[in-house]
Amino acid sequence: MKVLSGFIAAAAVVGVAATASASTLDDIKAKGFLQCGVSTGVAGFAFTDDKGNWQGFDPAVCQAVAAAIFGDKSKVKYTPTTGKTRFEALKSGEIDMLARNTTWTLSRDADLKLTFVGVNYYDGQGFMVPKSLGVKSAKELDGASVCIQTGTTTELNLADYFRTNNMKYEPVAIETNAEGRTNYLAGRCDVYTTDASGLAATRATFENPNDHVLLPEIISKEPLGPLVRHGDDQWGDIVRWTLNVLISAEELGVTAANADDMAKNAKNPEIKRMLGTEGKFGPMLGLRQDWGLMAVKAGGNYGEIFERFIGAKTPIGLERGLNAQWVNGGLIYSPPVR
Amino acid sequence: MSAIEYQAPSFKLEDLWTDRRWRAIFVQILALAGLFAFLAYIVNNTINNLQTLGIETGYGFLNDPSSYDISQTLIDYDSRSTHGRATIVGILNTGLIALCGIITATLLGFTVGVLRLSGNWLISRMMYCYVEFTRNVPLLLQILLWYALVVHSLPRPKNALEPLSGIFLSNRGLVLPGPEFGSGSWIIFIALAVAVAGAIAFRRYAKRIQETTGKIYPVISISLSIIVVLPLLAYFAAGQPVSLNWPALSGFNFKGGLTLRPEFLALWFALTIYTASFISEIVRAGIQSVSHGQTEASYALGIRPNWTMRLVILPQALRVILPPLISQYLNLTKNSSLAIAVGYMDIVATIGGISLNQTGRALESMSIVLAIYLTFSLSISMVMNWYNKRVALVER
Repeated sequence: MKVLSGFIAAAAVVGVAATASASTLDDIKAKGFLQCGVSTGVAGFAFTDDKGNWQGFDPAVCQAVAAAIFGDKSKVKYTPTTGKTRFEALKSGEIDMLARNTTWTLSRDADLKLTFVGVNYYDGQGFMVPKSLGVKSAKELDGASVCIQTGTTTELNLADYFRTNNMKYEPVAIETNAEGRTNYLAGRCDVYTTDASGLAATRATFENPNDHVLLPEIISKEPLGPLVRHGDDQWGDIVRWTLNVLISAEELGVTAANADDMAKNAKNPEIKRMLGTEGKFGPMLGLRQDWGLMAVKAGGNYGEIFERFIGAKTPIGLERGLNAQWVNGGLIYSPPVR
Repeated sequence: MSAIEYQAPSFKLEDLWTDRRWRAIFVQILALAGLFAFLAYIVNNTINNLQTLGIETGYGFLNDPSSYDISQTLIDYDSRSTHGRATIVGILNTGLIALCGIITATLLGFTVGVLRLSGNWLISRMMYCYVEFTRNVPLLLQILLWYALVVHSLPRPKNALEPLSGIFLSNRGLVLPGPEFGSGSWIIFIALAVAVAGAIAFRRYAKRIQETTGKIYPVISISLSIIVVLPLLAYFAAGQPVSLNWPALSGFNFKGGLTLRPEFLALWFALTIYTASFISEIVRAGIQSVSHGQTEASYALGIRPNWTMRLVILPQALRVILPPLISQYLNLTKNSSLAIAVGYMDIVATIGGISLNQTGRALESMSIVLAIYLTFSLSISMVMNWYNKRVALVER
């Protein structure tokens, strides 16, 4: 079936005619919804709720973009993608944007011709092992079987890490996070490696999460963020600034609850510019005047989205850490809306 | 000929669709032109679209380091090797699973096919159930089932089953003692080659003797003993250069020996059992196609039952069996691409999977996979067609 998707992807490249040249925004407005690529399911980051709707940290970005375009966060359709199919889906025009814990790298940018519009989660690759193995450090993993999602940067980091440390391992190739979870729990592999956030999310779904530990080593930088394809800068700007508005909103104290009020009564002109009561920033992007207000009201600001889906109070239980606002010592930072 | 020449000067344009002979040629040319135009359009469109998207094309990436590791490699390979070498690893893995699958599926298929015709009600019914069950369940499900069985029901390496000393069965696969060839092992291989050549020569000699004098030698038992004894003698003469490498649990996994990974085992079992059910039906049809009168005639001439099978029934049955058997071999080889479902590192998983994904060269990678499967299939087809010609009925 994965073979099939490869062929479909290839066929899609063959079949994509003029879509790459026309304006993505016009296409989206014409069809009436945003087509957003997400993962096949990572607890907290992208999952379907009990009504079958996609929710999570990544779909929240899609919803904000849809709200910025249409003023309605529900005008999104989702395409679940695997590590393998995601780029072809984006390149072929099957999806308009990809919000799927994808690492920003040079080759994806320059060679695959994709534009990363920002970072919504600073991650790093970690290792999870059963506590019963008694392993305290990744340096003790010589000879282990490691479950690894194919077609990811983690696969390459893993090869480099074991090579650098002169250790051997048996890679067990898996396709999706769910498959990795099953194989890891069945003991097909001793270690599961992926981004530390993904490990935490996966561990949260175990029956006994406390029987498993994340090793202290973080072996790579994994800046995850939404991306679009090359060739339509206007569309890239729209997604970039929607994400930036969510980040700025947290910094400036604008939440889903007080956004309407802030738009009218805020003293800080930056807030007014962002929410569309001052200036013409929406139309500059080709969007409605109140795009920023709609984006924030869709799911709250960056901090609210973080806390709702993956924060310390959720089963995923991730601390803000690197993903705190820059004013709090983190790396989350938005250029000014001006 | 002269008629056409005579008509040629009086050719009119409407002859193209009114004259039957011209029309036939005209339509064929039109169809061919249409096909080429379609292909040209597709290729041109692809190249244009790739250029519009700004995607580079070419096979240069095969010389870049692959940067990923592969669990089962038949040749030396590490993450610094090239994508080209990863492709070769994949080709060999596909070849291995296809070869193993074809051998076991043939053995199982022939056995089941013969047993299906057994006079014993229970045996023939059991075989019937086996065939109907396995060939009516999608292969993908069977692969996943076997994989789940190996991974979930077998114990972990620490509690591995040890049915025989040195053989371990766990959810990391089947670990066997592996041969380790020391210096001087080449003598054994030479002895083996000599023995095989000798056996073939003896067979020819025995056939000639039988044709001229009627004297019959026990060819099979003598050939087998030559093939076994000669390498054995060489082994001792060379000072026992081959030793067994015993596996032992060390750390997380077994070290040493030969490991058949769960991915390989699941795929092998599933391909064998699935394909064997089709082969058994082919074999049954082949045997039933030879009329019972042949057997009776053979018995009446005083030919022994097992000779009757070997010299009378089977050669005639093979003519019916071989052509569909070739298709089954081809199917098995192509079905091995389902390996991807359990992460067996075949050609689809290496160049058509990870390399494709890491480099983004979808069309190039897929074209390589395509070419390789085509090569595999055509080679099998060629060999089997050659064999088919050999056993085909020679009409005089």
